[in-house]
Amino acid sequence: MWNAKDIPLFPAAGAAVLRFAPLTPLSMAGAHLVKTLVQRHPSLFSRLGEQAEKTFLIDPTDLPFAFRLQPHGEAPSLEAVRREDAGFWDARIGGPLAALLGLVHGVYDGDALFFSRDLVIEGDTEAVLALRNAIDNEEIDLASEVAALFGPLEHVASAPARRVSSLVGAWFGVALTREDESHA
Amino acid sequence: MSRPQLELVCPAGTPAAFRAAIDAGAHTVYCGFNDETNARNFPGLNFSADELATSIAYAHKKGAHALVAINTFPRAGAVELWHRRVDDAARLRADAVILADIGLLDYASKKHPDLRLHLSVQAAAANADAIRFYAKAFGVKRVVLPRVLTVQEIAAVNRDIEIETEVFIFGGLCVMAEGRCSLSSYATGKSPNMNGACSPASHVEYREEDGDLVSRLGGFAIHRVHAGEAAPYPTLCKGCFEAGDYKGHVFEDPSSLDAAELIPQLAEAGVTALKIEGRQRSRSYTESVVRNFRKAVDDYAAGRPVVAGALRGLTEGQTTTAGSYRKTWR
Amino acid sequence: MTKNFSLTVGPLQFNWSADAFSDFYARIADEAPVDRVVIGETVCSKRTPFYEDRIPAAIERLQAGGKTVVLGSLGMVTLEREKRAARELFEQTALEVEINDLTLMNWARPPFSIGPLINVYNEATLAYLAGQGAKLFCLPPEIPFASVEKLAHAANQCDAVAEIWAYGRIPLAISARCYHARVHGLSKDSCQFVCDKDPDGLTVNTLEGQQFLAVNGVQTMSQNFCNLIADLDKLASAGVKSLRLSPHTGDFVAVCKTFADVASGVMSGADGLARLKAAAPDATFSNGFLFGSCGAAELTPA
Repeated sequence: MWNAKDIPLFPAAGAAVLRFAPLTPLSMAGAHLVKTLVQRHPSLFSRLGEQAEKTFLIDPTDLPFAFRLQPHGEAPSLEAVRREDAGFWDARIGGPLAALLGLVHGVYDGDALFFSRDLVIEGDTEAVLALRNAIDNEEIDLASEVAALFGPLEHVASAPARRVSSLVGAWFGVALTREDESHA
Repeated sequence: MSRPQLELVCPAGTPAAFRAAIDAGAHTVYCGFNDETNARNFPGLNFSADELATSIAYAHKKGAHALVAINTFPRAGAVELWHRRVDDAARLRADAVILADIGLLDYASKKHPDLRLHLSVQAAAANADAIRFYAKAFGVKRVVLPRVLTVQEIAAVNRDIEIETEVFIFGGLCVMAEGRCSLSSYATGKSPNMNGACSPASHVEYREEDGDLVSRLGGFAIHRVHAGEAAPYPTLCKGCFEAGDYKGHVFEDPSSLDAAELIPQLAEAGVTALKIEGRQRSRSYTESVVRNFRKAVDDYAAGRPVVAGALRGLTEGQTTTAGSYRKTWR
Repeated sequence: MTKNFSLTVGPLQFNWSADAFSDFYARIADEAPVDRVVIGETVCSKRTPFYEDRIPAAIERLQAGGKTVVLGSLGMVTLEREKRAARELFEQTALEVEINDLTLMNWARPPFSIGPLINVYNEATLAYLAGQGAKLFCLPPEIPFASVEKLAHAANQCDAVAEIWAYGRIPLAISARCYHARVHGLSKDSCQFVCDKDPDGLTVNTLEGQQFLAVNGVQTMSQNFCNLIADLDKLASAGVKSLRLSPHTGDFVAVCKTFADVASGVMSGADGLARLKAAAPDATFSNGFLFGSCGAAELTPA
């Protein structure tokens, strides 16, 4: 049984380094990732329904930047943005990176994170709820999504991706693959 | 004396949560179609007919049961949609449908005489005679009891009726008699009875004001919680208000039901099934709660002590109550 | 224009003293131009002993005043004595009964009425109950006008009457818990009947001071008063045949007279509304459930 209060924060030193990191490579990877997600999880978008047209600010509060997600059916996008120039969004979901990743991986319950104030919601509540529910149904494993970015080389990339993410996960206390769930 | 095996009836808002519930030991899973016919009509939630077919097949393969909740009250002039959903559930071999509306019960009992009918908590049948009416008129086989009765009253009801009873054991707690509450439509125009949503997200607004989290429903301020305090759902019966000299939770504190410690008494009161609330929750919630309660009912059946209170972190307000099952709650 | 509405005085929802109870029904009997009066405790069975010995005289006087008297049942029946009382409504009187809890269907004797607390949301449910002998349906107050039109049509086809909640605070919810006791720091079992302090209900405000709801013992009500006086043309063309006026303090006979005047075409809806504002200066009026975005919405002009 997990306790929401024990959610680890991204190490401050790491966050300080990332403050000056260029965001373009991250945005390119994000754009790629979300495109692969669309192909691999079509029901994610059917579940979102009209909420797919909304713009979400996914805001890991322990990182110096946030992600602007537009799951729009035809041209989905995920770009890394500095908080101060995040631009327009319909809904903001804020919380420690570990909480956000744990949500995606089904380690954490969104309502429980909300009750414990580890998750903050602003703006279009209906859109947030739809996104949360749609993602929860997909049983997404970000490590295999990343591996899938390699296309035909997926099987080659999968094991290293899993190993790296597992190491990173252990380091930061973040569930980066669904297999880490049992440790959370 | 041998103890009964209580049936654990578990929620699923998505096919993933459905599988999680079965894998965690649910005897029975309940779910609904992705439209206004069910009382958890939330964005991104629920099942298409295809998803339901796959899920029901999964339950049956694992020796579990699947119930389909079609438990809103059909809109005047649009009852065909609800009829179609009952037909779908019957065709997809649901083990029972959970209904609340008299007209719909009448339709289902005539059109599908072999389909097992459960009476939803939304019908608010709170005494033996009310239950008898539904059993006699429509052949209802099980009633989900409203959360207004004490354990003693539940025992009395079971002595007086022939059909099975199912009671809520864990999860969100309605303080009002369900199916008889228009608070949500008063503030938002959308109600559980008509639209399948209480305090719908489309009318909820959260805002940080001076470090406090303020939630509004339909423009009415429902709560203001300070930093570090547990946040509640924006349901207005759990809001903070002023009435005369009183300031606080006029209706109910933001806590949820956890009656795990009452499992032995509920079994002795003749209850057949225990229901977990939370179709709107994640598969992580479903998994934890189902696993815990499956262990609890198995422990009870085997004569072992039942351990309660392990799930507080998952609950609203992070506090729990045994609700109306204890008379002092009133 | 004459709208041919029957007027019903609904059951008194609040905990008034026995004397106030008797005085109220005496005035209705003698002075109010209404057709039907529903009498009986619909909210809390603990209140009944205080005035039940006054009921026979009230019924007699109402009948002498030419009113049809209907006995209203409790809204939520749970206790043994409540079941017994509900059953006796059919078995020990010859009067028509208004059912507010489906428990009573076990003993229902046609013709009976269906009260606003029964979930009649669609024509199939209405037809089922009409088939069992229901002849008047006071529709659930939360339904929108589009549903009212369909249900009134369905009622007319079954030779039943569709009635609409037209005046007074609307019952929104009922609970096993007593909120009057709770806000006074009392338990329900030793409530000291504190709900008698608020003869029109106790207003509940948000923490920002906005008026929101009202509590009346185990019942939660709208803060605003439903008022459809300016909407009678629409209701008439929808096929609604009866209007329910729910008792409040103040000059309730004036409320009844105003509805009668507007219904008979003697007075315009706008003038009627002005008169009701004068009769209940503190009340906020609304027709939100029927014609607005929600029950709490401001009065929409006709």
